[in-house]
Amino acid sequence: MFKARITVTLKNGVLDPQGKAIEKSLDALGFEGVGSVRQGKVFDVELDTKDGLKAARDLEAMCEKLLANTVIEDYDVDIL
Amino acid sequence: MTTSAVILFPGLNRDRDMIAALTKISGKAPAIVWHTETALPQADLYVIPGGFSYGDYLRAGAIAARSPVMPALREKAAAGNRILGVCNGFQILTESGLLPGALMRNAGLHFVCREVKLEVANAETVFTRGYAKGQILRCPVAHHDGNYFAGRKTLQKIEENGQVAFRYAEGTNPNGSLNDIAGIISEQGNVLGMMPHPENLIEPAHGGVDGRALFEAALTRIEQNAA
Repeated sequence: MFKARITVTLKNGVLDPQGKAIEKSLDALGFEGVGSVRQGKVFDVELDTKDGLKAARDLEAMCEKLLANTVIEDYDVDIL
Repeated sequence: MTTSAVILFPGLNRDRDMIAALTKISGKAPAIVWHTETALPQADLYVIPGGFSYGDYLRAGAIAARSPVMPALREKAAAGNRILGVCNGFQILTESGLLPGALMRNAGLHFVCREVKLEVANAETVFTRGYAKGQILRCPVAHHDGNYFAGRKTLQKIEENGQVAFRYAEGTNPNGSLNDIAGIISEQGNVLGMMPHPENLIEPAHGGVDGRALFEAALTRIEQNAA
């Protein structure tokens, strides 16, 4: 069994209006020195296999096929 | 009479308006295709209406774009059949790769629901030939994720190819779309995606008929369907 955490974030240079709104809200709460906030998504995926190579390949394919839109997003896979 | 087919996904809510528009303009009720079907009937025009397929979970249009009906639609597109996606339909077409780019959250963060002015950027497509280049149309928009984005190379390519069909007229961009893009057409010229709702402006009772010419052009009978 593998547990993986996939993080999907907007690519650098792509406007993130939700991140901007959160940034303003943090500022309004009085947190000083918050430079910038970018919002992303986290997927925790459990894979019922013993084959680490297959797990890594499947996780990558999941990102490419569904979890990330690679026109605007980057993804990162961590095996936990 | 021309024929059309409307593809339905769970969570769409503009299907009735689209079906009414297609019925009125083509003279025949469209075939209704549920997203679990794996084959599509012959039609002159295939349409994905607007709404919130799968509640916009993950990304707007992402889950619908991976549903069982999509390979059949992809085949129809490759064979040159006409396909129109409005609003969530546009998002589904970009998510499926049938149209380039992506639709992101509106830059102003708000859901926008109002009338905008659209400029016809290319009047030589099978969808826009009823208009003049540069003509300004009235058209309603209602969306949360209509902010068109494409990478620099893709954007340059679609601009050079004349693939921008509609732009928001100057000063009316409701969502931050790059180059004020409101609707784009595929390289082959047979797939159109747009955020505004032309189906809501087809008869005087709507307060205008600016959207009608789009359907009249797109619904022109194709005598020999390519596929």
